[in-house]
Amino acid sequence: MSETIPTGKHFVHGDWACAEGAIAAGCGYFAAYPITPATEISEHIASRFPQLGRRFVQFEDEIGAIASVIGASFSGMKAMTATSGPGISLMLENIGLAVMTEVPCVIVNVMRGGPSTGQPTMGAQADVMQCRWGAHGDVEIIALAPQSVQECFDLTVHAFNLSEEYRTPVFLLSDANIGHMFEKLEIPAADEIEIVNRKKPQVFPPDYKPYEADESMVPPMACFGEGYRFYSTGLTHNEMGYPDMSVETQDKLVRRLCDKIRRNKKKINMTEETMTEDCDVLVVTYGVTARSAASAVQMARREGIKAGLLRLITLWPFPDWKIEELADNVKGVVVPEMNYGQLVREVERSVKPTPVEFIPKLGENPPSPDEILERIRRLAK
Amino acid sequence: MTEQIDYYLEDYLRMDRLPHIWCAGCGLGIILKSYVQALYELEYDLDKIVTVSGIGCAGRASGYVNTDAFHTTHGRALPFATGISTSNTDIKPVVISGDGDLFAIGGNHLIHAARRNINMLVICSNNFNYGMTGAQYGPTTPRDMRTPTSPYGNIENPFNLVSLVSSAGATMVSRWTVFHVNQLKNSIKKGLTKNGFSFIEVLSPCTTGYGRLNKMSPIDMMRDLRDTCKIRKVHPTEATIEPGKEVIIGDFVDIEKPTYADVLDQLTRRSTE
Amino acid sequence: MFPLPKNKVKIIKSLCKGCGYCIEFCPKNVFERSTELNEKGVTLPEIVRGDECISCGLCVMLCPDFAITMEENPDE
Repeated sequence: MSETIPTGKHFVHGDWACAEGAIAAGCGYFAAYPITPATEISEHIASRFPQLGRRFVQFEDEIGAIASVIGASFSGMKAMTATSGPGISLMLENIGLAVMTEVPCVIVNVMRGGPSTGQPTMGAQADVMQCRWGAHGDVEIIALAPQSVQECFDLTVHAFNLSEEYRTPVFLLSDANIGHMFEKLEIPAADEIEIVNRKKPQVFPPDYKPYEADESMVPPMACFGEGYRFYSTGLTHNEMGYPDMSVETQDKLVRRLCDKIRRNKKKINMTEETMTEDCDVLVVTYGVTARSAASAVQMARREGIKAGLLRLITLWPFPDWKIEELADNVKGVVVPEMNYGQLVREVERSVKPTPVEFIPKLGENPPSPDEILERIRRLAK
Repeated sequence: MTEQIDYYLEDYLRMDRLPHIWCAGCGLGIILKSYVQALYELEYDLDKIVTVSGIGCAGRASGYVNTDAFHTTHGRALPFATGISTSNTDIKPVVISGDGDLFAIGGNHLIHAARRNINMLVICSNNFNYGMTGAQYGPTTPRDMRTPTSPYGNIENPFNLVSLVSSAGATMVSRWTVFHVNQLKNSIKKGLTKNGFSFIEVLSPCTTGYGRLNKMSPIDMMRDLRDTCKIRKVHPTEATIEPGKEVIIGDFVDIEKPTYADVLDQLTRRSTE
Repeated sequence: MFPLPKNKVKIIKSLCKGCGYCIEFCPKNVFERSTELNEKGVTLPEIVRGDECISCGLCVMLCPDFAITMEENPDE
């Protein structure tokens, strides 16, 4: 396989699809450290990138991998890393730097059971709060959760587009089930794939202020070697990029970094609704668990229970307004997750006082359709 | 600032950011000076340089140079520079950072960057302590020296940096001091033009931390560098630094090897054959 | 290749932090400590034996604060 974008049908696993998504998005630099269950992404990139003249570096650890990804992105490349929970734990400091210095990059977390080494070969959805709140300081993040092999491809491309548009790291929260699952992938023709590129400065280098933003709140991005000779630091900085420890500068910078995501949350957010128009019981879930939930909702409908499904494709920024709106007219909300209580708390705060039933599932598989159906029945009474 | 600053290196420095934050007599100013003097004498294209630094006093060096510059996280300057160097081979990353940043928290990245022979120049300011946080002992602090975290004298063995980097595979390894400023500048010039991983250790006084705690004035510390450092050609393993003994400075390694970018290009040819 | 700018040595008073390296290490003892303070309260060096200067540039290189430069000597 030597064509850049292998348009057509493939029977592949989610990690493969994710790697091809990166290639299709124009990713020119990939660095990672081997870790189950994300290694297959590196393996596929390692075989494809050299043929395309792109750069793959297997790093000495995840800290170095994310650091080099940020360096490559600042040098003008689209760049990605892929890992699992323990690797994200190591990367978090530098992810904070990418937020602070506004460097686009994509971070794939093929989630596995934790805490610690946990269940390396088994899926989980237990890193959704780590991804949101792991880096220190006030950080807004964007995270997407694929539910299929097809979405591993599509959402990887979309993750690059969002990171370029908002100059921010974007997470793809896959998991071991999807990463290792084989199913059909259909790769569109190259000209049907939407590609977004970072906004470039329109001024001469002496007039360039690297952190001066217009009303979009996203500053145009010069890259190293382009002659702008800018300085970027993880310290609180002014519009010139120079360190400035004043309260005013901290306030202005942190507000802008957060607000460029918060104020665009409706534009960024993607959800998928199934039979929500008339539902009495709403199931809210994401990722691989949404596959079980979709079956459960159909089973409930066959029994005459008006169940509906809201699938979150974007986990962060969290679609609280959407859930609040849908929950207004239902008897209760069911939240199945492969963890011991994470996104359910966000749902609870969004739907109060509507009752919420949480279905935790720890270890390997999502809750079964029957388990979800049972809770739907209970709430429908 | 009332005085109009007319300085011959004004095109090479961010003059609007001077005076810098370093203490009186700190060697970092001399290291920075030697670096920009080297760029000036080489007429180096400043658009083809990215100055990268980690955290600590030395980490601030990148903010004063009129090149693209990136002040990164603690210990990680080298992987950032690796990402830059491998994704744009026209750019020469120059890392200026301290001994603690490069050899304690960042030690793993240093040996791997040298092993891969990433095309970059690393200038390591070795001031024998963690200056920014208040002069605690670090991986280069000689035995028995007193610091706030070794109040009874340091019990740990220091690294010999030139030996460590040589054995990791660097293609250029030198040690100078901020007193030997012309040799330092010439060494930086060599490193800037060398294609490969170049490493220069620069012995440098921390005047307010390590110096004050060990009862040495800035002038004492500079005299010490002048009087105890001798230029000799020895194997890097012999160039240990021990209090009260002669310190060997000079060039230790100067070899040629394919860089990481070279082998990546070979890999592209191999994969498409 | 550029040489260091030649001739007359000059102190940029606002940048000096008073470390005294120029006073200590000038091979011709051109500098001495003065009683003048700059706006930060640093006791400045002064040039007392400017005629002895051989333009070696050591003070320019050794000054950690970019506070010494050399100008063309108008007499030459």
